[in-house]
Amino acid sequence: MSEVVSGTVGYDEVQAGAELPAVTYPVARLSLVKYCGASGDFNVIHWNERIAKAVGLPNVIAHGMFSMAQAGRYVTDWAGPGATVAEFGVRFSAPVVVPDDDAGATIEVSGKVEEKLDDHRVALSLTARSAGTKVLARARAIVRLP
Amino acid sequence: MPINPDYVGRTYPVSAPYEVSRVKIREFADAIGDPNPVYRDAEAARAAGHPDVIAPPTFAIVISMASTGGAVGDPGLGINYAMVVHGEQQFQYSRPLRSGDVVTAQTTISGIRSVGSLSMMTTSTEIRTTAGEHVCTAVSTLVERGAEAPAQEAAS
Repeated sequence: MSEVVSGTVGYDEVQAGAELPAVTYPVARLSLVKYCGASGDFNVIHWNERIAKAVGLPNVIAHGMFSMAQAGRYVTDWAGPGATVAEFGVRFSAPVVVPDDDAGATIEVSGKVEEKLDDHRVALSLTARSAGTKVLARARAIVRLP
Repeated sequence: MPINPDYVGRTYPVSAPYEVSRVKIREFADAIGDPNPVYRDAEAARAAGHPDVIAPPTFAIVISMASTGGAVGDPGLGINYAMVVHGEQQFQYSRPLRSGDVVTAQTTISGIRSVGSLSMMTTSTEIRTTAGEHVCTAVSTLVERGAEAPAQEAAS
């Protein structure tokens, strides 16, 4: 890890190629129930183990958008409150499987400063893994820093 | 059955106005487990340079998904929603969504393709204030799994 940064980041301080420290976020069944309600996405595979298994999944899985939200939090926590997200995109490469136990699952997000762009913008490449599997691929955010 | 490719380019009607509220932003931020004060506290948001509480970057999905639902539910497309999973998602923001915004959404089907037993449909949803200011474009790719497709590959 060549650079550890958190809180408010200024454009001039950022270096292309800098690795950002990884952060691990928990996912429990309750997280998914709350996300169903807040997002309006009540797809049964996110809360009903019986139906999730019947359609061929190993168990209830997290909403892809829940995982993307964790990656979004990773970006905004790094960039600080004065920054804004200009672009954010991901491909959902594997599901986050959330068992019905006390531990639940975790999503580990890491990132790297891919390049510095004009207009105080910085491109970050992101990686998210759960249980050793990459769950977000081609994840990239462009943030405008102060 | 693959998704009907004749629907590429089709644009659906503009949604009814949606008012972004502090309460909904807080609920969403709580649900994703993000304690950032700019999603809850107007003073903290103003200190960061915003007129009011802002929404997390993925909040736009709440608005765009309601709009793409009109396309996904179009019977002529032939989508079996029970077999649909989210493949890709992108957001392009002109600025953060914030409390007090009154926005509409309009969805266009930008692509439909089939690969093996998978059918993919990409939609582009423009979110604008009722005054016409562009706030966000949300691009979603949904994947319909065929009966023989391995669930773990595509599900998310």
